[in-house]
Amino acid sequence: MEAIIQGFKNLPTRVMNFFKALPGRFTNFIKTFPQRFVKFVKGITPLEVVAFILVILFLFPMFIVVINTSKPNLLITDTPMAWPETWSTFFTNVRTLLDDSRMQYVNSLFNSLIITSLSLILIGVSSAMAAWVLVRTKTRLSFSIFLFIVAGLIIPFQVVMLPIVTLLNDLRNLTGLQWRDTHHAVIIAYMGFGAPLSVFLFHGFIKSIPMDIEEAAVIDGCSRPQVFFRIVLPILKPIFVTLLVLNGMWIWNDFLLPLLIIGRGGDTQTLPLAVANLAGAYVVQWNLLLTALVMSAVPVVILFLFAQRYIIRGMTSGAIK
Amino acid sequence: MEKQVMTPTIKPEVVGKKKPFVPKKRREFLSRKASDKLWFWLFLMPVLIPFLLMVITPFITGIYYSFTNWTGGLAPTEWVGLDNYRGLTSDHRFIYSFYRTVIYAILNVLAINLVAFALALLVTRKLKLTNFYRAGFFLPNLIGGLVIGYLWSFIYRIVLGASGLGLFSSSPLVSRYAMFALVAVVTWQYAGYIMMIYIAALQNIPEDLIEASQIDGANALQRLRNITLPLVAQAFTVALFLTLVTAFKQFDTVFSLTRGGPDIDIPVWLQNALGMEFPRAVGSTRLVAFQIYNWGISRGNFAVAQAQAVVFFVLLSVISLGQVYFNKKREVEL
Repeated sequence: MEAIIQGFKNLPTRVMNFFKALPGRFTNFIKTFPQRFVKFVKGITPLEVVAFILVILFLFPMFIVVINTSKPNLLITDTPMAWPETWSTFFTNVRTLLDDSRMQYVNSLFNSLIITSLSLILIGVSSAMAAWVLVRTKTRLSFSIFLFIVAGLIIPFQVVMLPIVTLLNDLRNLTGLQWRDTHHAVIIAYMGFGAPLSVFLFHGFIKSIPMDIEEAAVIDGCSRPQVFFRIVLPILKPIFVTLLVLNGMWIWNDFLLPLLIIGRGGDTQTLPLAVANLAGAYVVQWNLLLTALVMSAVPVVILFLFAQRYIIRGMTSGAIK
Repeated sequence: MEKQVMTPTIKPEVVGKKKPFVPKKRREFLSRKASDKLWFWLFLMPVLIPFLLMVITPFITGIYYSFTNWTGGLAPTEWVGLDNYRGLTSDHRFIYSFYRTVIYAILNVLAINLVAFALALLVTRKLKLTNFYRAGFFLPNLIGGLVIGYLWSFIYRIVLGASGLGLFSSSPLVSRYAMFALVAVVTWQYAGYIMMIYIAALQNIPEDLIEASQIDGANALQRLRNITLPLVAQAFTVALFLTLVTAFKQFDTVFSLTRGGPDIDIPVWLQNALGMEFPRAVGSTRLVAFQIYNWGISRGNFAVAQAQAVVFFVLLSVISLGQVYFNKKREVEL
């Protein structure tokens, strides 16, 4: 926190320094450019060329989709490989989509954001709490509960997707509250389905934390919740970030669970549902569908550019464990 | 009267000593043991309630429903015993979708792991833009399977048709090769992710081991066979099971890319095995997850679809238990 405040205090001088050094840097860049360019070209191996061509081929489908978002429908089907005449068509498409009643872009984006962020926080905190008491209570009951929760890993959503529809209807009759088409039903479902993996990963991590710190805190008069929220939770930060990435990628892109609980076309639909709804409605209007694909992918790609290291590390370390 | 001198009676032991610290005794409503128990359950509730409500309850009721004539609605259900399961043994659509899922899973696992391992070998060499390549190969994995499906249906239907390549005069999505088109898309999406797992494993190989082998005169192929492959064996197991399980659960991309189609006649050997008099139409990319969804939600045969789901679950659990078994065995060996 102090580092952040300090950073803001230094901001004006740092900005000034940056601009003062800019001309010098620029001339330096120009001066050394030929030299570095030659060095770079000399360092290119055949393997480098292969890798470069491969990555261009790999990303080519995305590129084709992006250039076609700025063409009228007729040109897309006629000359999909051609460069667009003007980029303004893209913004016309975006504006059409913003007003489109099937897509409801702003609303769907907002729903996706709410569902994903709330689910992530709730899964993270609740699983950490459960894993902590499960590790620190050394009884047979505690271990059985742990196994019971982790066994949930083998239950795929496809097995419960049909009964869950009936269950939500029963819950409405029981509680008098709406459950289908609601955010809270989806979030609670994600808490249930996210729990096994999250509890498992937290459990493994907490086992490696020595108990001394917690015992010291108890002697100093901390209550149970204080020990957890002030001492344990901050230590769990690395594994917490891993789980944010793993669960975040899953929930943001998930289609089947919201399709069953929310369904396409309603006010509570998420972005994937909105895209599917649009695609189901306009089978041939490629200009709108392609623009919708780009608009739904852009938030994650932007996030990836900023948090690339965390995302890659989180997804791989989560898989290996 | 003699004036008595009042000498203060001082207890010697108190002199010069501070009052000993006695912690304020909190009023305790619960004994230590009872409070531990209370916190244990309080901390478990936020996980146990959603887990029991949204996972365990529908799982158990689902198994029950598969033995009834459940219709998904409020109509009362009747116990029909094993009828739904018995029906599955002659249900050509379900059997064919299972068969196709197994084929899809094998193709998918092979394609993804081969591509991912090759890419991992490539980007762990000394390259200038290695981080750019890694991010580039990883990028498709950020986008959800549904969006990827629509993206590639555009590529297959429009771009390939207009590209003038005679090979693709008609979209592969409506040809006999729709399954390969699907596998290609999922490989494109997933290979970057599995590549990252292999990269992590490859980077754990000690440098001096490779140097030593170079000094001993091992060529690149020998190094790959005798050093690299054995040392990334564990990553192979992880990636293999990961891709296998996701292949069996595949739904999103099928939904957006092929919708289970195109319809083809059931293969002759299966037609004979099921004792059918004439060939019936089956969806060539209708994988089990899509079949369950379609049969239950779209066609309304809830009880039969749930029986299919239970069979699907049993198969997946066998795979998962196999994974646990393999990992344990490996741990023992190491």
